[in-house]
Amino acid sequence: MVDFPVLSIMTFLPLAGVAIILMIRGDAEDVERNVKHMALYTSLFALAFGLFLFKGFDGSSAEFQFVEKVEWFSSSGFSYHMGVDGISVFFVLLSVFLTPLCILASWDAIKTRVKEYMIAFLVLESFMVGTFCALDSVLFYVFFEAVLIPMFLIIGIWGGPRRVYAAYKFFLYTLLGSVLMLVALLTLYAQTGTTDIPTLMENPVAVNIQIWLWLAFFASFAVKMPMWPVHTWLPDAHVEAPTAGSVILAGVLLKMGGYGFLRFSLPMLPDASLFFAPLVFWLSVIAIIYTSLVALVQEDMKKLIAYSSVAHMGFVTLGIFTMTTQGIAGGIFQMLSHGLISAALFLCVGVVYDRLHTREIGRYGGLVNNMPRYATVFMIFMLGSVGLPGTSGFVGEFLALLGAFKVDTIVAAFATTGVVLGATYMLLLYRRVIFGPQANNDAAAMTDLNPREIGILVPLALLVLYLGVFPGAVMDRITPSVDRLVGNYQAHINREPVPEEIIEEEVILKDVIVVPDILPDAVPAEEEKEEGESHD
Amino acid sequence: MIDFNLVPLLPELFLAMAAMGLLIVGVAHGNSVTPVICWACAAALVIASLLLFGLSWEKQIVLNGMFVFDNFAGFMKLLIILGLITTLALSVKYLEQERIARFEYPVLIVLAGIGMMMMVSASNLLALYMGLELQSLSLYILAAFNRNSLRSAEAGIKYFVLGALSSGMLLFGISLIYGFTGSIDFGVIGSALVGLETIPFGVTFGLVFILAGLAFKISAVPFHMWTPDVYQGAPTCVTALFAIVPKVAAIGLLMRLLFDPFMAMHDQWMQIMYFVSLGSMTLGAFAAIAQANIKRLLAYSSIGNMGYALIGIVVGTPEGAGAVVLYILIYMVMTAGVFAIVLGMRRDGIAAEQISDLSGLSKTNPVLAYSMAIFMFSMSGIPPLAGFFGKLFIFQAAVSAEFYVLATLGIMTSVVAAYYYLKIIKVMFFDESIEAFDKGIPFARRVVLFVSVVFLLLFVLRPDAIVESAQNAAAVLFT
Repeated sequence: MVDFPVLSIMTFLPLAGVAIILMIRGDAEDVERNVKHMALYTSLFALAFGLFLFKGFDGSSAEFQFVEKVEWFSSSGFSYHMGVDGISVFFVLLSVFLTPLCILASWDAIKTRVKEYMIAFLVLESFMVGTFCALDSVLFYVFFEAVLIPMFLIIGIWGGPRRVYAAYKFFLYTLLGSVLMLVALLTLYAQTGTTDIPTLMENPVAVNIQIWLWLAFFASFAVKMPMWPVHTWLPDAHVEAPTAGSVILAGVLLKMGGYGFLRFSLPMLPDASLFFAPLVFWLSVIAIIYTSLVALVQEDMKKLIAYSSVAHMGFVTLGIFTMTTQGIAGGIFQMLSHGLISAALFLCVGVVYDRLHTREIGRYGGLVNNMPRYATVFMIFMLGSVGLPGTSGFVGEFLALLGAFKVDTIVAAFATTGVVLGATYMLLLYRRVIFGPQANNDAAAMTDLNPREIGILVPLALLVLYLGVFPGAVMDRITPSVDRLVGNYQAHINREPVPEEIIEEEVILKDVIVVPDILPDAVPAEEEKEEGESHD
Repeated sequence: MIDFNLVPLLPELFLAMAAMGLLIVGVAHGNSVTPVICWACAAALVIASLLLFGLSWEKQIVLNGMFVFDNFAGFMKLLIILGLITTLALSVKYLEQERIARFEYPVLIVLAGIGMMMMVSASNLLALYMGLELQSLSLYILAAFNRNSLRSAEAGIKYFVLGALSSGMLLFGISLIYGFTGSIDFGVIGSALVGLETIPFGVTFGLVFILAGLAFKISAVPFHMWTPDVYQGAPTCVTALFAIVPKVAAIGLLMRLLFDPFMAMHDQWMQIMYFVSLGSMTLGAFAAIAQANIKRLLAYSSIGNMGYALIGIVVGTPEGAGAVVLYILIYMVMTAGVFAIVLGMRRDGIAAEQISDLSGLSKTNPVLAYSMAIFMFSMSGIPPLAGFFGKLFIFQAAVSAEFYVLATLGIMTSVVAAYYYLKIIKVMFFDESIEAFDKGIPFARRVVLFVSVVFLLLFVLRPDAIVESAQNAAAVLFT
């Protein structure tokens, strides 16, 4: 397909940019300007490779593509294994798409330590792309956790007044979740002898272990997602983070949780996923309704959007754990759409925050008079967040609810009320900020969007509308991978019940298949393969 | 029949000669030649490491079973020598600044080093004791090296009294083992214990005393009490020495002792080490939170780190042993780097030791601040820094030996520990800056800093060679 490692290039290109930025010397002002440009070009380069990836990606295949595999810890069998399938490819694109926007959004807003700021964002981009490309569980963990370092610094150094508290909360909450996942990953490794994600996905472990592993994974992904009741770090982190930090946090980092569910929990632990699905459903429903209600009474714009994120992620977890094609594809689509919309909403907040330095809703009002262009783009994103048909927000939410309806009508009914509540708080926000009387002179004196801000927001708006009208551009490429995921899952759940001892034996045998090198000859591998297939 | 093959002892013999020779030079020329003696000692250590490379690393037991040299001993000795050279490099300038540049200092370090090298090569309980005492006695003096400082003297006395107590326990344990097995030779003890249906009570009892004595040396809970006070009181360069090197030797000794003669008693010592490890991790994590003095904080951090290393010993598998060696190696590099920074914390010629002294370091000295941040993230086990991989292998060994509870609790304490490591980062990056530290980091300290930062950052790229040599070194204990 392609003969150069596009995924590795995308992952490490930002780090190369960092290396160059570190070498920039000279006058403080020149350095600042050059650093900004260098960071922007690097991220645009990564985006160009992203488009290349999109073009080269075969949407009709469910297989992992652009695969790279190099030995890493050869004595333990951990390898540097990268690849994307329909589930991950769009998250990679989302990461490389949002990073240049973030850098642009910080162009004038960040005045202190610009060099370090840009470095932090490029490092962050590198780790985000790596997380979604990694096909080795240790490698995945390395990237997944490494994200904490730049994000901690971004919130802590360039954040608002309570930044230290927020940075700590973000870091420790997520760390506690992920270390439990590390134990789970190591247990999987101890059970199967491999850290190769595709292999692990095909070979679920014994049922009795699955429950524990699932809980450990859940601890990590639920915090990252974030699901109620472990969402409390998110509002703090969002409110205190600088605009671009919020954008990345809402746009990409939250998706790591959903991605984790799809990559680990569902395929590797299907029985436990089935067992815990009702729990996830109800947590999602609580998240949707409760956080929507909380969002209703917020006075801080960022906090409102942060709570709305939790509600929207509720639809995602709901969709994913329906284990239906619609539900899962809807969940993925909702994540992508939320990645664009919430990122855009935070950018919109950033626009007025840069001018007035407050996020208090009451301080604004009547902006439609002095900022008509702003009012227009804000409206598109607001309606997208509400889930209006014709915007990308509708497709994901609808599919997720459709999937949920098939599985559990009551849950779906409760979840649907969230759509109404979502419309309420978003419209309320819009009315209070954009319409109404112009209460404050300084708010009334704000200038409309400048070209840079238009350049940031318009591509997002176009994408939101495009995906709302032609969801197929994404859906067609997601579906084969999701179908396979659901197919494997159903096959596993509906398999003949077998005594536990045999399951464990099967695991060991299958494990041998994937590492044919260590077999004395090829004949036993053949036999076992047949045996393995007969169970599918 | 007397076995008088001294070849495997060449590095130790050379160091002993060099130490005594340099002592004479020092006596003849007085304290003015201290820097020269420091570098001469470092050179002697380099030569000793070259001698080490020249030896055959096949397992050989000489001096009638007193002394064993194998891959494991060789690897640990290399680590020890490396640690000693690093400490010397860190110390030279500091000794001058604190006006304690006396020529005994480097000589004592080398003597302690000989003791440590004996420890990891001991194949007999008496050889073990001799090595341990040579090391301890040198370290007692070093702790009190700044004899005009009340705190330093207090640290020395405290360390000596408690150390003597632990040595006493160790000796008592040895005598019990001797009484019940009839030998002090590791090989004989080992074969006496293998195949016994019930382990004699006296042997268990003796082993408990031995472990208590050794737990003191690695500052593991519940024998950790001396650590914070000694770390704080001793001159900082000596603290660096305490944090970096003796742990390597003591862990090496513990591994050889437990995996070789006492492997048959894994069930017995596993329970003890389990709680020692758990206790160290927990105390190290929680007690460090309240510290305001960076040396005390590092003391608790080292207690916690020993707890993690001990997990690998608890599981008692070759995997675990390999993980311990790797962990110790990475821990050594991180600690060396941290102390390179702590030693440079001076304002107006006076050493600053409070964590708050680091306030706003990222503005006044970004290079130091970012290096420190890398050390702290690495210590708290955040990938892709090397510290993560140390922990990864430890926990992997624990999980594959089905010590799920220990692994989970251990990893949870690492989150607590992350809190105080983050506190240092917070102080450096998020707080307002205060007056900058004195300019001028001596060249040797820069090298240490640079090497450790590069190691921690780039370990992730090519880990294989280091991981495999650590695993191979540990594997010989199980053959």
